[in-house]
Amino acid sequence: MPKVFVTGIGIISAIGSDAESVRNSLRNKHSGIGKISLIDTIYKDEIPAGEIKATNDQLYELAGINRKSFLTRTALLAIIAAKQAVVHAGLSGKSLADAAVISGTTVGGMDRTEVFFKEYLKNRSKGKIREVAGHDCGDSTERIADYLGISGFISTINTACSSSANAIMLAARLIKQGKIKRALAGGADSLTKFTLNGFNSLMILDRQQCRPFDENRNGLNLGEGSAFLLLESEEITGNKKILAEVRGYGNTCDAYHQTASSPEGHGAYLAMQQALEVARLNPSEIDYINTHGTGTKNNDLSEGIAIQRLFDSGIPRCSSTKSFTGHTLGAAGAIEAVISILALQDQCIYPNLNFTERMHELNFSPSSEYIPDASLQHIMSNSFGFGGNNSSLIISIN
Amino acid sequence: MEQLIAKLKAEIIDALNLTEITPESINENEPLFVEGLGLDSIDALELIVLLEKKYGLKLGTAEEGKKVLRSVKSMAEFIRANNKG
Amino acid sequence: MSRMNFHISDYCLIRHQKIFRKGELLFTGTEQKPVPFFTEAYKHFGINYPKFYKMDSLCKLGLLASEIILQAKDMPCRGEDIGIILYNAASSADTDRVHQRSISDRETYFPSPSIFVYTLPNIVIGEICIRQKIFGESTFFISEKFDPHSLYEYVSQLLEENVMECCLTGWLECEGDNYDGALFMVEKCTTIEDGIVNFDEEKIKEIYSQ
Repeated sequence: MPKVFVTGIGIISAIGSDAESVRNSLRNKHSGIGKISLIDTIYKDEIPAGEIKATNDQLYELAGINRKSFLTRTALLAIIAAKQAVVHAGLSGKSLADAAVISGTTVGGMDRTEVFFKEYLKNRSKGKIREVAGHDCGDSTERIADYLGISGFISTINTACSSSANAIMLAARLIKQGKIKRALAGGADSLTKFTLNGFNSLMILDRQQCRPFDENRNGLNLGEGSAFLLLESEEITGNKKILAEVRGYGNTCDAYHQTASSPEGHGAYLAMQQALEVARLNPSEIDYINTHGTGTKNNDLSEGIAIQRLFDSGIPRCSSTKSFTGHTLGAAGAIEAVISILALQDQCIYPNLNFTERMHELNFSPSSEYIPDASLQHIMSNSFGFGGNNSSLIISIN
Repeated sequence: MEQLIAKLKAEIIDALNLTEITPESINENEPLFVEGLGLDSIDALELIVLLEKKYGLKLGTAEEGKKVLRSVKSMAEFIRANNKG
Repeated sequence: MSRMNFHISDYCLIRHQKIFRKGELLFTGTEQKPVPFFTEAYKHFGINYPKFYKMDSLCKLGLLASEIILQAKDMPCRGEDIGIILYNAASSADTDRVHQRSISDRETYFPSPSIFVYTLPNIVIGEICIRQKIFGESTFFISEKFDPHSLYEYVSQLLEENVMECCLTGWLECEGDNYDGALFMVEKCTTIEDGIVNFDEEKIKEIYSQ
């Protein structure tokens, strides 16, 4: 079976609207989490988030699209990131047209729907129906295909916070099986009142900047963004520059609770173990883990215990970059895969911000400083979603 | 107090979709979580919403929440102490 | 490379107030709307699982369908080796609407955490896994309509690659007053017993259209 190579990446998030600016923010410890300014929510002075400081009009401009197109914020973010990956890979014409697009999202076009719905509830004749044309999860995937001139296989996955990790996994599988030669795989999610209020009702939002893996952590910060990888089969990459390889992946169900993880991290443990099996690597060969690390009491304990069980006395360096971007929900898997690729390119470890005290249940701490010259070959990236949908990716360079 | 406890039991059953449970079968002194009714973390959050929605009472911290939500009796006492029942 | 042969060892259809298992009508309900019908069926089949009442309509449909397939027999393989691959078009739209309504008006602002947890289509997978102790891989796809071709191709691949030994797969849709459940258990059987049929695109189409 051919290897699955990454030949292009694209990313937009609260810490930068392309790979270069994201990289600089990570190196310089510039978090993108702050006060919400673009959404008119009752929580704007209370709940910090990783909001992309660009209005939809500005996103239209960045995407090079006419603003009369009625695109949702999720679709705009997706198109921007997908386009970057395609340009980075130098793809165009027929080879682009035949590519697959596999995207993960949880929010879909809810950012426009919630605006429409409020008006509509008050008065059935109010609200522009075109606002909801992009509501469903499949819309942003289709918009990417439309705007990039792609007519290959397209698919949309919604498995909560592991959606885009699963999209990458699906794309890699299809390439290995020879069903497709190349794919744009990733995801997008925008910040909405829907998710702000929902997560707030679960009481897992920190009123401060999140502190992943810290003893005194108090919840997560929501974020928004998009990222895509251009994946190509080893059989067709020729002399193209290879950024990385999608070497391993695993997905399991925690089967414990709709939104909480099991105390012993059973699903997480199995997912990481499976990824190692697919990658044919031993735990000792993983050089860095980009943890799911949301900053909730529950996830960080569950994930921490699972990591301890799997890696035993050889726990690799790790950090949660959600301390920079916030939890970007469906886009998290892809955003963190791109960040992992940047780390491999620069051979560095990005820090886990806001960490001061080790969790008393664990025997390891995340890296709280930026570490250059880190000697990295294999990176594991975890994404654990509601519904117990746990995914782990392994991304490598030679 | 008895009336409040009876009312609370009915409200809890409704809020938590405990369809097969009758108010009579709930012992107001029994723990609501872990043993007793065996409610989970989402149920706890729903009870917090119930206290706010029906009685206008906001719980400040997780610690306060644990104490107040220990049993139907402790919930009723909390409501009474805040002159809301 | 010739494709390995897999088999549909069981299937359940839930639609129009009827529940079928392997082509046999097991139950006809009197209730027209989805949730009352699902509750009727839940009681009829003597399923003793009070958490059912907390679930949203999509999860109730999924729980019912999987229970009917798995209730009467042993698990076909270990929990870690069973995967779940599901599809629908509406995602979790019904519950999304309820949540949205609860946060739309400042006067009646009371978002419910137990509603919010169901605003994702894959929670039904989580609920089935918790009930049946299944730990394998799972995915929830959103697609315009039921696509036997995609389902066949993808599930076959997962079984061939030994990602899973059996797969619970199908279409679970519940939106407004409409519901449509078609769940299949696909296995790597080596012996064909009564009622076990070949897993292929035509068969899936045929069963779905029954």
